[in-house]
Amino acid sequence: MIPAAFDYTAPSTVDEAVRALADAGDDAKVIAGGQSLIPVLRMRLAAPTTLVDIGRIPELRGIRDDGDALVIGSTTTHYEVQRDPAVRDHALLLKVATDTVADPQVRHRGTFGGAIAHADPAGDLLAPVLALEAELVLHGLEGERTVAASDFFVDYFTTALRQDEILVAVRVPKHTGWGAHYEKFNRVAQAWSIVAVAAAVRTEGGVIAEARVGLTNMSSVPVRARAVEEALVGQPATVEAIKAAAAHAADGTSATEDSNADTAYREHLARVLTSRAVTAAAGV
Amino acid sequence: MTATIEPEVGKARLRKEDARLITGRTRWTDNLTVPGLLHLAFLRSPVAHAKITSIDVEDARRKPGVIAIFTGRDLAEAQGSLPCAWPITPDQKAPAAPSLAVDQVNFAGEAVAVVVARGNAEAHDALEAIEVEYEDLPVVLDMTAAVADGADLVHADLGTNKSAHWVFDSAEAGTGSDVEQAIAEAEVLIERTYRQQRLIPAFMEPRSVLVDPTGEQTTVWSATQIPHILRLMLALTTGIPEHKLRVIAPDVGGGFGGKLQVTPEEVVSLVVATRLGKPVKWTESRSESLLSAHHGRDQIQKLTLAARRDGTVTGLKVDLLADMGAYLRLVTPGVPILGAFMFNAIYKFPAYRFACTNVFTNKTPTDAYRGAGRPEATYAIERLMDELAAELGRDPIELREQNWIKHDEFPFTTVCGLEYDTGNYEAATAKAKEMFGYDALRAEQRERRERGDVVQLGIGTSTFTEMCGLAPSRVLGSLSYGAGGWEHAAVRMLPSGKVEVVTGSSAHGQGHETAWSQIVADQLGVPFEDVEVLHGDTQTSPRGLDTYGSRSLTVGAMAVLKAGEKVIRKARRIAAHTMECAESDLEFSGGRFTVKGTDRSTGLTDVALAVFAAHDLPDGVEPSLDSEATFDPENFSFPHGTHLCAVDVDTETGFVKIRKYVCVDDVGVVVNPIIVEGQVHGGLAQGLAQALYEEAVHDESGTLTTGTLADYLVPSAVDLPHFDTDRTETPSTTNQLGVKGVGEAGTIASTPAVVNAVVDAVRHFGVNDIQMPCTPMRVWTAINGGPTDAGGLGGEAGGGLGSIDTSGGAA
Ligand SMILES: Cc1cc2nc3c(=O)[nH]c(=O)nc-3n(C[C@H](O)[C@H](O)[C@H](O)COP(=O)(O)OP(=O)(O)OC[C@H]3O[C@@H](n4cnc5c(N)ncnc54)[C@H](O)[C@@H]3O)c2cc1C
Repeated sequence: MIPAAFDYTAPSTVDEAVRALADAGDDAKVIAGGQSLIPVLRMRLAAPTTLVDIGRIPELRGIRDDGDALVIGSTTTHYEVQRDPAVRDHALLLKVATDTVADPQVRHRGTFGGAIAHADPAGDLLAPVLALEAELVLHGLEGERTVAASDFFVDYFTTALRQDEILVAVRVPKHTGWGAHYEKFNRVAQAWSIVAVAAAVRTEGGVIAEARVGLTNMSSVPVRARAVEEALVGQPATVEAIKAAAAHAADGTSATEDSNADTAYREHLARVLTSRAVTAAAGV
Repeated sequence: MTATIEPEVGKARLRKEDARLITGRTRWTDNLTVPGLLHLAFLRSPVAHAKITSIDVEDARRKPGVIAIFTGRDLAEAQGSLPCAWPITPDQKAPAAPSLAVDQVNFAGEAVAVVVARGNAEAHDALEAIEVEYEDLPVVLDMTAAVADGADLVHADLGTNKSAHWVFDSAEAGTGSDVEQAIAEAEVLIERTYRQQRLIPAFMEPRSVLVDPTGEQTTVWSATQIPHILRLMLALTTGIPEHKLRVIAPDVGGGFGGKLQVTPEEVVSLVVATRLGKPVKWTESRSESLLSAHHGRDQIQKLTLAARRDGTVTGLKVDLLADMGAYLRLVTPGVPILGAFMFNAIYKFPAYRFACTNVFTNKTPTDAYRGAGRPEATYAIERLMDELAAELGRDPIELREQNWIKHDEFPFTTVCGLEYDTGNYEAATAKAKEMFGYDALRAEQRERRERGDVVQLGIGTSTFTEMCGLAPSRVLGSLSYGAGGWEHAAVRMLPSGKVEVVTGSSAHGQGHETAWSQIVADQLGVPFEDVEVLHGDTQTSPRGLDTYGSRSLTVGAMAVLKAGEKVIRKARRIAAHTMECAESDLEFSGGRFTVKGTDRSTGLTDVALAVFAAHDLPDGVEPSLDSEATFDPENFSFPHGTHLCAVDVDTETGFVKIRKYVCVDDVGVVVNPIIVEGQVHGGLAQGLAQALYEEAVHDESGTLTTGTLADYLVPSAVDLPHFDTDRTETPSTTNQLGVKGVGEAGTIASTPAVVNAVVDAVRHFGVNDIQMPCTPMRVWTAINGGPTDAGGLGGEAGGGLGSIDTSGGAA
């Protein structure tokens, strides 16, 4: 469990970081909190020749109110996201999902942007980012571009990031006053989600006005349960109505099999957990 | 004056060793270093069964820092064959067991080469440059297929995958009647097949070895449970004379049987250090540990229980397949045999037959894991008793009581011929039921069942006993075990009145230092703080048979007590001489010899000083109080207890949550309640883990897919319930201390309690079994009429590090 040798650089600006990545070529890798990358290196599943540490770039860290959205810097730690009042008020779903990530040690080191860039289909922050229709701000040699969450996740551990790009921030539209719940299903506290459901709901006078539902680990990328969302809108916020809508949760998913769950069981879980997540989010 | 001293035995003392162990400011093997130390890294086979056609180490040899590289062929002669000390039958088949594979690998993870380098990182870098060519052989994984005619063979030269067949039959032994007759005449038959999944001991401190050959004696530091056995076995295996070896087990961070082993890495480290004349160290990674350190359990149990309609059990027949893995390690073949005498448990079976076939497969070798044989047996019988109760519509506890040995029937000779000295199953059960609120929970269960609650309540019982405190040497001999079961100790009185206790029981987390100090403080009347316990180094503690099988207190501490008695005997003679009285006029209490009926007295510590000066000793008396003793017990110890578990099963998801866990254990006299509590809690955690979480899974090619702690699910404190523990205290009558073992009790008892509860929660859906671990998918599938082993062997490990998969991590 000793990584192969690598060069290490810790630039202090985004431009320097991008330049370092481009210079080092294909075998360079960004390191943020290291909570996913270090295990990969130690098991020698990857052996980048250069690590570009973005942990010392002040502009990448912190949460900013930008009118109709929150802008979360990529190296903001899970712990900081959990504790931030603006996140609680305007993107509650993100906070409750982050609460379920790993343990306090990992949450103090691991970063929000790192979790997104890593794009582990079982990672817990992807579905919330997708459900909240966030935008990812990427910075490369050619400057900055913005990609919708729905276009960002490409495949298992694969994103729209180019080799010379880093994820600098995530722009999360405010969902002020929305109820939210993240229903995570795993076997022990330390284990990854077998399936999880991110739900945010806005109710008006006992009726569901808007709903966002994202699924974790139901495909190689996080997926929106759009059929559920559509079925929910206009329905009374009751257990029965929610359950009926949640029956569509597995529509269009392509869940894999492993020893914890086969496809049929995962699809079943998606329905049950969606029902529970939406019920909790709607405060029923 | 002395009578008011509060006895140490029974006191809930915090452990004196904890500060250094918990903070890690101590001597773990990997913390040690010596001048000129070189580092080892092992190349391991990625395939489960193959001929090695070539190994090219030339590129690797030229890597920076590399001193040498050895393959199995290079070491073939020097490394010998790893020892197996328990040939269970005279015709047992055992393959040669090289530490580094020579021309064939038989499990994925088997070591094929070792790199010696200046730095640990350099050693690991060089591994990647070694080229091995393998020619695949058919992989044997499934035990049932392995014993079928015409099966592919793990070891072609043995001509079979069956290592041994071992039988105990009560009719043949004359300890009971004929089980086939009992089955033929049975009014009720319960026939089941249970699977004991493969487990991994998962001790916290990875294995580590440091060998320094530069002294007159070669010193081997190892994270081992068995420094004494290791010294002998290393000598026998490598031919290095025993007196030229010193083995030290410094502080060792857990073992659970997993470090009751003579490992390939220990042998190779010794051989390489000797060959190079330089000190070397090896420390494994967690994944290396999960992959290559021995595994545990892995049995298929075919069971038939015969009974009368009134609930009386009349016979029990057990047919086992036990997976040895690819080789026989130190006590591999004997593990199932340790269970042979426990299937009948606390019940009065008149007829019993046990047959076990030990089977080779292309998997990591199995060996002892906490409970070794007894958890498997206890699981089988306690599950069967619940099944019988369900079949007859009886309350499972009441049915057990009908069949168990009553407290006034002890000592009781079982259908296996063991004599249980004491026990009181009624008392433990009554207490447990009350703490549990058994009747109220049953009522709630009925109500929730009728209501069709999504979350169903289940109640599981386990009234276990076990045999531990290994063991009478004579009995071990009769089972063909390669060693005795005695333990050695010495008590040394220092001139200042302080005491050194030397024990052959080398602790690896159990708290011997505290417990032994408490016992000696009481015995010699010295303060607890004045006792130092020395262990784990064959130079200071030259004799011993080490720590396993819940034997330390019942055997090891008994040896300490015997040595202490000799100290007092020697001191009495000198005290009588000093005080000019007869020895018989002296009574010893609270550390003082008092002339009966007077207030004249002298302290043991005064005697110690007088002995040191040696100015005035009786004729012919040596100037030393120091004493040694070797204790060999006459019988095992038989702890027992009643464990009750209530689970909530979410019928929509299959998720099992333990709602309440009560256990009342009878471990005889308790030296330190905190230590007992700790042993019970840890044992419960591991027993629950077998029921619900842990399983070593191999895919169809024989690759371990649970090779990280993200896939091999060891539960943490968050996942475990609150444990309500209590005790009854029926002293053992086979040792002076009245103690019984406690190290394995929790593990042995808890697994069936949990699974019984899970099955009980969903029995009304037509479920009568769910294979371990009872994962949510298995429970949900069973509820919905599917198989009981959903998602079993094979397939990719689930979830896990996510990133740690063959796709090579993050893109
Ligand atoms: C014990 C443990 C338990 C965990 N449990 C959970 C859990 O329950 N749920 C969960 O969701 N996660 C879990 N994680 C993962 C955790 O959330 C990680 O923090 C996160 O996945 C990665 O963040 P990081 O900052 O550590 O990224 P790193 O490990 O530094 O990087 C991860 C990957 O992302 C890339 N990367 C990182 N930042 C950027 C960037 N700004 N731009 C471009 N690329 C970037 C890196 O190059 C690398 O490929 C766990 C981790 C551990 C160690």
